[in-house]
Amino acid sequence: MTVRDAAREAYREALPALAASLVGGLIAGVVLSGMRAELRDVSGLLVLVPALLATRGNVYGSLGARISTALHQGLVEPRVRGGDERLRSAVAAALANGLLASAFAAVAVFTILSLLGSSVAPLPVLVAIALLAGLLSGIALSAVVVTAVFAGYRRGRDPDTLVGPLVTTTGDVFGVFFLLAAVRIVLALAEVI
Amino acid sequence: MSTEWTVRAITRAMLPILLVLTLVEVGSGLVLGRFETQLLQYPTLLALVPVTIGTAGNLGSILAARLSTAFHLGTLSFDPRDENLAGNALATFALAVSIFPVVGVGAWGLTALVSGAQLAPQTVVAISLASGIALAILAIAVTVAVTYVAYRFRLDPDDVVIPIVTNTCDVLGVVVLFATVQLLL
Repeated sequence: MTVRDAAREAYREALPALAASLVGGLIAGVVLSGMRAELRDVSGLLVLVPALLATRGNVYGSLGARISTALHQGLVEPRVRGGDERLRSAVAAALANGLLASAFAAVAVFTILSLLGSSVAPLPVLVAIALLAGLLSGIALSAVVVTAVFAGYRRGRDPDTLVGPLVTTTGDVFGVFFLLAAVRIVLALAEVI
Repeated sequence: MSTEWTVRAITRAMLPILLVLTLVEVGSGLVLGRFETQLLQYPTLLALVPVTIGTAGNLGSILAARLSTAFHLGTLSFDPRDENLAGNALATFALAVSIFPVVGVGAWGLTALVSGAQLAPQTVVAISLASGIALAILAIAVTVAVTYVAYRFRLDPDDVVIPIVTNTCDVLGVVVLFATVQLLL
């Protein structure tokens, strides 16, 4: 195999997945650019964005990989109904870890910005936004990952190749969309209180 | 190596690395915060953020996944003359050069529709393509280095390399975008 052949093969295999996540990233970007008012109102929110988006990819990418490995090994049945106990534990663990990491990111951002003397929104506001966004996007992503991996597997597709592009694409879109929803809900509640 | 499927066992395996990666991402958020004024002034630049870091992370993780598979199959050697290594590196560069202009046009077009355009399309495409080329080179360097370290320490590249590469590329994505904007705007 020459360098050229190796490059051509790698290029062809990677392009569809990159293009799919490009669409997701652009949609996420447009939603984020429409959030300027919220980003101005909640100082420190922009600093929190990469950590929240990456947490979605890290946690639900790993959930998808875990489920697809288990399908290959016959440990999990590809059915959502029936309430497989392993599957429920895996989803619960993903949600719990996603929430812990989101809250941790909010505390870290608040602490660092306070130490640097930058303006930052109150800690409870940042933590509430991070937790609510984590919960909403976590529920949506778990549902998407589980159903898509099962559907792909039943149709004879290798779930391993589905998980990566699926999670990066939907993770960004849901991550930003539910972040916007969470900020609006928390700001509305903060006004009432 | 398979983790038991309980919330506690999965958390024990996952949480420590997750928290470290989260701190790394907070670092990239701090860089983003440094140019918050520009990002809020130009919505197109804000729209470039998720897609640039996402694409950089994907370029790195696709390369990492391919190198780790080749490594498991025994078809990879860490020699600059290795066809597989050079071919994959070249493909990563070619992918960046083909996808980042689309990133620029897409971000410009969509924000022009939604928020109105303040920047010229060629400026946005130039920022996006220049960032993309720099990121491809960095992603190749980081991925090859991390895969090599994993190989030397006899770690399974599948477990270690992809999360490290994806999150490093996220941070580099923000840093490179910041630097490019300062140079070109």
